[in-house]
Amino acid sequence: MRRAIGALLCAALATTACQREQRRFSDSRPRDAERSAWAVAEGKRLYQAFNCDGCHGRGGGGGMGPPLMDAAWIYGVAPDNVYASIMRGRPNGMPAFGGRVTESQAWQLVAYVRSLSGQPSRGARPGRDDHMQVRESEQARRAERPVAAGTPKPGR
Amino acid sequence: MTRVALTLALTALGGCAGRPAALDPAGPQAARIAGFWSLLLAVSIAVSVVVLAVLLDALARRRGGSLPPPPAVDPRLERRLTFGVAAAVVLTAVLLLFLFVASLRTARALNALGEPDALTVEVTGHQWWWEVEYWDSAPARRVRTANEIHVPVGRPVLVKTRSADVIHSLWAPRLAGKKDLLPQHATSLWMQADRPGMFDGQCAEFCGHQHAHMRLTVVAEAPEAFQTWLAHQRTPAAEPTEPALLHGREVFLAGPCALCHTIAGTTAAARLGPDLTHLASRTTLAAGTLPNDLGALAAWLVDPQSVKPGVHMPPAALPPRDFQALVAYLGSLR
Repeated sequence: MRRAIGALLCAALATTACQREQRRFSDSRPRDAERSAWAVAEGKRLYQAFNCDGCHGRGGGGGMGPPLMDAAWIYGVAPDNVYASIMRGRPNGMPAFGGRVTESQAWQLVAYVRSLSGQPSRGARPGRDDHMQVRESEQARRAERPVAAGTPKPGR
Repeated sequence: MTRVALTLALTALGGCAGRPAALDPAGPQAARIAGFWSLLLAVSIAVSVVVLAVLLDALARRRGGSLPPPPAVDPRLERRLTFGVAAAVVLTAVLLLFLFVASLRTARALNALGEPDALTVEVTGHQWWWEVEYWDSAPARRVRTANEIHVPVGRPVLVKTRSADVIHSLWAPRLAGKKDLLPQHATSLWMQADRPGMFDGQCAEFCGHQHAHMRLTVVAEAPEAFQTWLAHQRTPAAEPTEPALLHGREVFLAGPCALCHTIAGTTAAARLGPDLTHLASRTTLAAGTLPNDLGALAAWLVDPQSVKPGVHMPPAALPPRDFQALVAYLGSLR
């Protein structure tokens, strides 16, 4: 009996690796990007490749555009809000990428942006960086409780 | 038993016919490597034969039955044996030193093909394709292509290598040895083709999901043919005249394609993916994964993940009319 319970516990322990090592390359459910470590990593790659870091800073620290790693989410905390920001743009500088990036790429970017404040499950968040880490890896971050901050006041 | 052994031996022979064959050199660099390899083989065979002969001799002289008492030491025999062992040690050291020097000479020769009229080609490894740039002091005359290195026969080529992401390794076994492509660190190798032909190459350092599908072709051609090719690659993409092709170009420029690819002569100038200016003039798609024809091109565009799982290229989710026009336009880029 004891041995059976031990074996069961070991088997259950082994399943914790499932999400981390799962590689789903299909685009049939782009909204599920958050659940795949590969898709979040792709989002991280695209964040640089499409020059998001030009305005929002490498690692989302902010620059010409607002920071993405803090807890104040100007246009709302839901993934759909971030998706809408990427695809339709926002006033005062955020260009619309709708039609330029594919739907799956946009969801991968959403997943990465949300991983900056630890929203997706720990197993799916990137654990390393090609460059010098500015702070602990996305995987090591504690999940923040984001606040919908509303449109910033002019001059802020 | 004999039948099994025979089958195994014949199976092993199957490896001899493979095309990327380092022992079938087509240029001086690969010839030096093949020559050194043959020398090592010959020396190894000679040493093995001598060692086995001595071993068999010892076995033949063994004394049967239980161990006899140790014989009295014969000083003359003892001296002969000491001399024999010392001679074998000296011979081994001399052989190893000889191989060491031969190896150094080969390595030195591999790095010294330098000539003033050498052609300079910059090769950048990406996950999972090769960016090839022909260097020219005038930036406008530089040529960028992908997964194919055209070289003129008989002229040394300096290949400057680097990587855009992870470590790759350039290996065209019939022309030169391997060279690692490192991120943020330039390396280089010399190659030269002595006869015209298509020579296969392959990434030789594991670089991710699609490492196996990261091939390249070295096309060696007569100097005049090479110059014609280079001059053609310098020209911008052909201006489409048919309405379908014009529509295809619209789709390319207005959609996600232009965010990653370049087509010279249009507004598409991104460098994340391969340069497509003369896509249809290349022999393969997706770094040697597919033959370059319209059917394969359509299959690749509609779902790259089914061809190369893990590839960074997204699928083209387009209405059929736009998709057909896009395929036709890309297929017209000779």
